[in-house]
Amino acid sequence: MKLQTATRLGLYAVLELARDPSQTLSAGDLAKRFGVSTHSLAKVLRTLSAAGFVQGGRGASGGYRFTGNRRRITLMDIVALFEPAPGSHAPEPGEDTAIGAALQRVLTEIDEIAEATLRSVSLETMLRLRS
Amino acid sequence: MVDIRPAQATDLKAISALDARLTGSDKPQYWQEMLAPDRHFLVAETAKGGLAGFIAGEVRAWEFGQPAAGWVFAIQVDPKTRLKGVGSALFEALAMRFKQQGVTSVRTLVDRKDHLILSFFRAQGMVAGPSLQLDKELP
Repeated sequence: MKLQTATRLGLYAVLELARDPSQTLSAGDLAKRFGVSTHSLAKVLRTLSAAGFVQGGRGASGGYRFTGNRRRITLMDIVALFEPAPGSHAPEPGEDTAIGAALQRVLTEIDEIAEATLRSVSLETMLRLRS
Repeated sequence: MVDIRPAQATDLKAISALDARLTGSDKPQYWQEMLAPDRHFLVAETAKGGLAGFIAGEVRAWEFGQPAAGWVFAIQVDPKTRLKGVGSALFEALAMRFKQQGVTSVRTLVDRKDHLILSFFRAQGMVAGPSLQLDKELP
């Protein structure tokens, strides 16, 4: 499954901050850790902050900390902030043919399995897997 | 907090009632069959002797071509006692019994839209297995 760069960075940032909710890390700290630009990370952190998963970030060196519930937030909650809703896509040529509809059923099945997987893994479970 | 012990015939009424309340389908005969000696049917009992939850499973060899593994058929926890480790205690007790029978893996089937139970099994360390369930509506 291919995730957009912003989605991966969102997952990295949330998991890194959720690892220790008492720690405060700046966009620069996180960017350095993941080898990306501070600008890319800052944009992702603003989205996470607007969703209530992290808090902080006043000024260029302002730090962020995790403010969510590790047991309740799933990977899908983060992915949904950056990716189109599962199964949603612009109509494509050929979709209204019998072959197009059959192909769409298979693609929907794949989307449903991916969504179920992402919804079933909480941040708490992820952090336990990595230790 | 809860005592995990094998289910007895006297538990069936409470098990059936809890399951019916949570799933909307009453199946007392199914739970009766879970008392068969080759199956593991465990209950979690509160200090006051109430039913906090139950789990049922069995070791099956060459089911769908797979070597012996412990299968979890069902698990239910009373919503009043959730988030207190009852489900994990039941799962661990069943896994221990499977291990004592010599198997090294545990397996189950879950509705992919039931995110609550999917999350529970994930939190126990379960991941997608080698099989895919396939269905077909018969005409």
